[in-house]
Amino acid sequence: MTEVALLQPVMRDDLVIPEAVVSARDVSLVFDAGGQRVTALSGVDLTIAAGAFVSLIGPSGCGKTTFLRAIADLERPSSGQLLVNGMTPAEARRRRAYGYVFQAPALYPWRNVARNVMLPLEIMGLPRAERRARAARYLGLVGLGDFARKFPWQLSGGMQQRVSIARALAFEPKLLLMDEPFGALDEITRDGLNLHLHELWRRTGMTVVFVTHSIPEAVFLSTRIVVMSARPGRVVEIIENDLPATRDLDLRETSAFLAVAHRVREALRAGHSYD
Amino acid sequence: MKAAPFLWTALGLVGATLARFAVADAAPGGMFGATLGATLALAAIAVLALFLAMVGFARGEGWFARLATPALFGFLLLWLWEMLVIGFAVPFVLLPPPSAIARAFGAHLALLTQDFAQTYLHAVIAGYALGCGAGFLVALAIDRSPFLKRGFLPMGNMISAMPIVGIAPIMVMWFGFEWPSKAAVVVVMTFFPMLVNTTAGLAEAGAIERDLMQSYAARYGATLLKLRLPAALPHIFTALKLNSTLALIGAVVAEFFGTPILGMGFRISTEAAKMNLDLVWATITVAALAGSLSFGALALLERAVTFWHPSFRGSS
Repeated sequence: MTEVALLQPVMRDDLVIPEAVVSARDVSLVFDAGGQRVTALSGVDLTIAAGAFVSLIGPSGCGKTTFLRAIADLERPSSGQLLVNGMTPAEARRRRAYGYVFQAPALYPWRNVARNVMLPLEIMGLPRAERRARAARYLGLVGLGDFARKFPWQLSGGMQQRVSIARALAFEPKLLLMDEPFGALDEITRDGLNLHLHELWRRTGMTVVFVTHSIPEAVFLSTRIVVMSARPGRVVEIIENDLPATRDLDLRETSAFLAVAHRVREALRAGHSYD
Repeated sequence: MKAAPFLWTALGLVGATLARFAVADAAPGGMFGATLGATLALAAIAVLALFLAMVGFARGEGWFARLATPALFGFLLLWLWEMLVIGFAVPFVLLPPPSAIARAFGAHLALLTQDFAQTYLHAVIAGYALGCGAGFLVALAIDRSPFLKRGFLPMGNMISAMPIVGIAPIMVMWFGFEWPSKAAVVVVMTFFPMLVNTTAGLAEAGAIERDLMQSYAARYGATLLKLRLPAALPHIFTALKLNSTLALIGAVVAEFFGTPILGMGFRISTEAAKMNLDLVWATITVAALAGSLSFGALALLERAVTFWHPSFRGSS
C-alpha cells in the first residue's frame, strides 16, 4: 500500500476528510457460493479523492467489479469499513450519490431513448419539463441528440452504451461508477467512447471509478490506476498516472504512455496475473 | 397487383358453384348418377383455378393479397365438405353440409343471439375478467410474500393440471342455474393460468435491470411499475390468450350440467338430442367465431403493447 493516501482510523462520519469520495479500510467480502466460501475481496485499502479518475484493473476474479458493487451498495462487505461521501454505502445509495454504468447497457426496450434517460429522473421525482430538458441536454452531450425517439434495439451496441452513460449522467451525480462499460464493444467504437468519456470527465469535474480489463484504456483515461490480483482479490499496487490532463488518441504512441502501461503490466505480473 | 389471380378466382368460384349444382342434381344417387362426368370436370376446373389464384395471391404484396390466400383456402375446404357430403349422401345427423348450417344460422339468428348473450356476454366475459384479475392480483401478493409463494404456487400448478370443468355441477349447487354458476367455473379455470404466468413474468426482469433500479434507490412500487410489470407483459398476454379459449370452453361445457333454457352449451346438448344437427353446428360456428375473434383481438392488443419484444420488433 505504498502510494495510498491512507486515512486515519475513522470513528465518526464528521472526521472523514471531505475530499475523500470513497474510502475503504481493510474491506473484505466473502461470498457464500452454495456452502463454499469464496473470498472476493481481502483487506482492500483505498481512498478515492474528489475529481479523480480511478481505474481498477486486474484479471478475472480479482474482485474489481465486486469492489465497485460494494461502493454502490449492491454487495455488502463482510468486514472492514467502506464509506462513500463519508456515509455508509447504503445511505449514500439512498441519497443517490452515484450513477452506475453496467457492463451491458440495461436499457428498457419498451422505452424510447429519451424516456430511458428520463427513468432515474422519474424515480427521483423531477418535474416533467426538467426531465425533458435534461434528457435533451445529456443525449446531446453523448452525441445522440437526434436519436431521442428511437428505441434502444434500433441502435448499435456503442450507441446503446452511450445512452446508458447519458442516463447515468442525467441526474448529475458527483460520482460515476463504471463497470467495464466498453468491454463488449469493438476497438474502434471503444477508442471513440474513451475519447468521449475523457472529455466528459474533464468538463464535468466529477469523480469516476472505472473497472476495465484493458491496460491502454486504463492508462488513457485515469489519473490513478489500481492494480488488483485474484484469489483472493486484493490491491497489488496503485500507480499515479502523470500523463498530461488533456489527452487524445495519439498520446497512446508516446513513450510516456508506454512507460505507464509498462508499470501496470509489471504490477499485474507481480500479482501473478499472468501465471 | 396483376389481374391473373383475380381472373383465376372468378373462374374458380363459377366452377365451384356449377359443380355444386351438378352434384345436387346427381343426388340422391350420389356422384354415380348421370351428371357424374360434368360434376367431376367442373370440380377439377374449380380446384385448379382456385389453386392457381392462391399461388398468385401468395406471391403478391399488401394486406389484400395476405388475406386472399387463406380466405380462398378456407372457401375451398368448405366447398369440399359440401361436395363430399352431398356427393356421397352422408346422413344429415352425421354431418350436415355447410349450406344447411348456413340456412340454420339464418333461420335461428334471434335464438343464436340470445344464446350468445347468455353464454358469452355474461358468463364468459364476467368470469374471464374476474378470474384473470384475481389471478393477477394474487400473483402480486405472492410476489411480496415468500410464505404465500411457498404455499400457493405448488397448489396453483397442481390445480392448473386438473380438469376443472368437473366442478360445474358443484358450482350450480352453489350459485344456481343462471349464468353466475357458469361464470364461477370460468373464474376457477382462468385464475390459475394467470397466476402461474404472472408469477413467471415477474421473475423475468434481468439482474442488471434490477440492479439499476436498486442503484436509484427505487421503491418496490416504482420497480414494479417501471420494470417488472412491463417485463412481465409477454407472459401476461400468454395467459390472457390461453384463458380466452379456456373461458369459452368452460362456459359452454358448464352449461351441459344444468342451466335455464338458454345458452350455447344448453343449445348444443338439447338440439343434438333432438337430432337438429344443423342448429348444433350453427351454435358451434358462433362459438368458433367468438373464440377466434377474441383471440385475434388479444393478439392485436399484444402486438401493440409489447411491440418492443424480440418476437414483434420491426414487424409493424
